[in-house]
Parts: sequence; C-alpha cells; structure tokens
Amino acid sequence: MAKSALSMNSETPLLRIRGVVKRFGGLRALEQAHLEVMRGQIVGLIGPNGAGKTTFFNVMTGLYTPDGGVFELAGQTYNPGVVDQVVHAGIARTFQNIRLFKEMTALENVMIGRHIRTKAGFWAAAFHTRAERAEEKAISVDAERLLQYVGIAKEAGQLAKNLSYGDQRRLEIARALATSPKLLALDEPAAGMNQTEKRELQVLLERIRQDGTSILMIEHDVGLVMGLCDVITVLDNGRVIATGAPEDVRRNPLVITAYLGSVG
Amino acid sequence: MDFLNSMRYPSPQLSKRYWLFILVGVLCLAPWVCVFTGGNYWVRVLDFALLYVFLALGLNIVVGFAGLLDLGYIAFYAVGAYVAGLLASPHLANSFSTISAIFPGGVHTSYWIILPIAALVAAFFGILLGAPTLKLRGDYLAIVTLGFGEIIRIFLNNLDRPLNITNGPKGINNIDAITIGSFSFGKSFQLWGVTIPSVIFYYYLFLILVIAVMIVSLRIQDSRIGRAWVAIREDEIAAQAMGLNTRNLKLLAFAIGASFGGISGALFASFQGFISPESFSLSESIIVLAMVVLGGMGHIPGVILGAILLAAFPEFLRATLEPLQRLLFGQVLLDSEIIRQLLYGTALILVVRYKPKGLWPKVH
Repeated sequence: MAKSALSMNSETPLLRIRGVVKRFGGLRALEQAHLEVMRGQIVGLIGPNGAGKTTFFNVMTGLYTPDGGVFELAGQTYNPGVVDQVVHAGIARTFQNIRLFKEMTALENVMIGRHIRTKAGFWAAAFHTRAERAEEKAISVDAERLLQYVGIAKEAGQLAKNLSYGDQRRLEIARALATSPKLLALDEPAAGMNQTEKRELQVLLERIRQDGTSILMIEHDVGLVMGLCDVITVLDNGRVIATGAPEDVRRNPLVITAYLGSVG
Repeated sequence: MDFLNSMRYPSPQLSKRYWLFILVGVLCLAPWVCVFTGGNYWVRVLDFALLYVFLALGLNIVVGFAGLLDLGYIAFYAVGAYVAGLLASPHLANSFSTISAIFPGGVHTSYWIILPIAALVAAFFGILLGAPTLKLRGDYLAIVTLGFGEIIRIFLNNLDRPLNITNGPKGINNIDAITIGSFSFGKSFQLWGVTIPSVIFYYYLFLILVIAVMIVSLRIQDSRIGRAWVAIREDEIAAQAMGLNTRNLKLLAFAIGASFGGISGALFASFQGFISPESFSLSESIIVLAMVVLGGMGHIPGVILGAILLAAFPEFLRATLEPLQRLLFGQVLLDSEIIRQLLYGTALILVVRYKPKGLWPKVH
C-alpha cells in the first residue's frame, strides 16, 4: 500500500508546464514550450543565448504574464499571473543577476523568505503579543539554521552587499529555501563562480535534492549540468527541441545544431 | 580594583539605563525650565516640536521604511485637523440648520472618539492616495503625492460653497480643547498657589503620545511587516519573488503613515483651537520630509533628532538673530524668516554632500 502510494507519487510530475506562449510585441519568445520535473529530480534547462530560458523562468514564476499555457505544481494548477501565489504554491527562485536586499543583513534576507509562511500583522507587532514574539523567534531560528545549511552562518550579521560573490549566491539560495518550496528554481547559480565554488555548489545542490526539494536550473556550465542533472531540457528559439538524460541530449543532433550551427 | 574598573568602564547595560533616567528627567523638566526662563512661548515651541516628531515618525514609515517618496504628507495632517475641527466646534451647527437642530450648541465630540476617527479617515485617504500610485516609484510618485497634497488643501480652501463645510480660507474657529472628565487641557490650573499653564498639560500629553508612537514604530521596524517594507524598498521584484504581497504591504504603509499624520493633525487642531488651509501648504510637507532626511531615513532616533532640530531651529534663530542685529546695527536688517530659509537650504546641501544618510543614520 505504502509502496503503491510512493510509486503513484513518483508518477505524477511535481511540475508540469505545457503549451507556454509568450510574445513581446512581434517577437515570439516562447512557443508551446513545455517542461516536467519529477519529484526528487534535478532538471537542467539549457539552450543557446536568447533561447528563452530566463523568459521561461520569469513566466513560470509570475514575473511575466504568459500569453498561454497550463501550469501545474504537484497536480494542482497555479496561476503565475499572481507572483505571491507562485511562492505559496511552492516554487521559489533565484536570479541570474543576484537580487538580494542589499542594505539588509544576511539573516534578515533569509527572514524575508519566511514571510509567506508566517502571519503576524501590524497590530500583533504594535502590541508585541506573545504569539508575535514566539513567531519572530521561530523566524530568526529558522533563518539561522538555513544560513548554516548553505554554509554562511558566520556572515549572519553582515549586510548582504558586503558578502563575497559566492556567498551572495548561497544567500539567495538560503532565502529561496526559507519559503519552504517544493521546487527550487535557480537561474544560472554558478555564473561567475570559480572551480572551487562550483564544486561546493554542486555538493550543496545534491544535498538540497536529498533533503527533499526538487531543483530546476538554468545553467551554462557543462560540467555542473552533466554532473548534477537527471534530465535536461533544451530550448531553442522559444521551443523545446530535446528532453532526456544528459548523455542522450549531448549526442542529439538537433542540440548540436542549435549550439554550433549546421554544416552546409 | 573591581570597583575602580566598574567606575571607569560601566557595563553597557548600566550606562544605557543611566542615560534613560537622564533623558526622562530632562524631558519631564524641560517645560518648567522654559516657563521660568522664557515663559509660555517656549513651551509652545516644545509642544510644536513634539507634534513635528509625531509627524516625522509617521512619514518615516512611508518614506524611511517602505521607500515611498511622499511629498504630500501634510494632507493627512490636514485631514486629521479638519476631522477634529468639524467634530469639536460650533462650525457645523452654525452653517447647517439641521445639525444645529440636533446639536444646538455645536458638535462637541469627545477627543477620545475623535482621535480614532481622525486616524481612520486619514488612513482611508492614505489608501486613496496609495491605490492609484502602486506602480510608481521615486520622482514619479513624488509628483503625484505632491499633487495630492495640493488637491486636499485646495478642496479645504474652497469647500465653503455651495455648502459651507470647511469655512474656506477663513478656517474653523473655537475648536474644543482636549478634556479628560471635567479637566480641560485648554485652561491653566491652580495647584498649591502655582499656576500651571495649559501649554504644559499639552506638553505632557504630546510627550506621552509621541513616546507611544515611537514604541510602535520601533516594534514595527523589527517585525515581519517592517522587514517586508524594507525589502520592498530594497528590491521590489525580489520582494515579489519571495511571495510578498507588495500591493497590500504598500497600502498598509500608506495607511499607517497617514493615520499617524491624522492623529497629530487632530491634536494640532485642539491645541491651536483654530485651523485654516494655510497651515497645510506644500512647504510644510517639505519641512517634515526634510526632518526625516536630515535625521536619517528609516532610523527612528535620527528622525526624532531631525524633527527636533528643524522644529526648534527657526525659533532659536528668531530669539538670537534679531537681538544680535539690533545690537550690531541698531535695527533688524534681515528678517529671521529669510535667514531661516537660507540656512535651511545650506544645511540640507551640507547634509546631502557630507552625510548623505542623515545626521544619525542606522549603523550595522
């Protein structure tokens, strides 16, 4: 019984997105794009520059309004037109060009991530109610734990803008994890990292997956994508041209053409 | 040895408490010092300084925390003042026969009802301003809020026709003083042969309310809501991506900031006994904003310092520069009002140039 429930779970995809269309004026940035992420998977979204990867991310997480498409998380449709609903549904994201709250400390940045999972309002804060104090305490304990989890606990009191580049990337991941997501969406998490930082990132992402959060990531670093991803989806000109295991995708002639161009 | 060390290096806890005692002592004695050295005039100056602190703390929520530049903040002060003016004066009964039939001596609502109403009405206007401007930021928001402030003032100035609601530029007179039971804050009081002037009662009332507002501000700052406002100020897109409902949070900032303004406006009306649209000009909005910026946006002690400095400054100039000019030239050559504007401008330029985060910014 338990086993069949488990296998049921593994059959319904965690994230299923079909038929996404996004136009910017005359430009068709996404044309019937689709993507699936199974529970416990790390899925890579790759493609040449301008293929529509970040647009896909922005549509999926509600920063752009799509012109069409069906969005399902854990079997439930969600409306990406309302940004905060996406996070409520269980998708948290990071940004290609890091977008931390620069003048806030690392700890406060992660505490913001807890916002949607907590509820104290103005009056609770004004009267400093017992429930509010307990919640604040829990928020900061959770945030400290997450900073420790991504390995930057000692930077808790530093302003986000003063962290090193690699630590800022980690902080963004911690902030996203603070929303208790089912799916973590990372937009080029390794961009600008050196080899050591990339290896550490790989370890961290493996661990996040093992702890039960699936990952969808855009990434250019071949080593990282091949080493981490269970499935790779390739976008080109706003269309999905291939989906499959890293080795298959690597040999796919369509993918090679998309990246290198065709001969003759 | 230990004793000597403890004297030289008092524990931070102790010295903090020590300073608090001194501060409370100074705040309680200040009006009496003023009464005995310069008379009631200087206590009035203190009272106004406290009202400005109240206003600056309210504006700090909108500008300092949520990062929404508001150049029409004085409109909420006006709304609060007119709520008090209409609900606690003979004006409405004088201009409407139906009202005078119900309240022959004029409408005289208790201030303990007026203050919450003023807060609510101002909060409503805050949302009214916030809703259409949700997508605006920076300069664009500043222009719209500036226009809003002027609209309110012009309405107040012209709503004496066809129905005389605000009494137009003539303003509303004979506004009730605040009372507790039969005790009125508007009259001086004899105690053991000493006359305690009305301004001193207002001083303590304002002081208590300002402290309450300060405590609320401090608590909000370190709360879930306060953090969310700062996040919106820092990066609105990232804040949305973290699931923050930026629309509601911004409206909440507008509403709470406005309600602080509304309460202080009602206090102002009762304290002055007279209000007219003149008191709510654009320059007042700018002065309150200057207090926030000069002191240190988003940093509550800084904002309080800024408000006290800018509120006391013109009075200080009036008291020093005119006698000084008489002494030097035998006459007053430059009106202190002109010098005040000159120094205001200079001070702001210097602060922006050398202390862009204000005189007392937040340190990490």
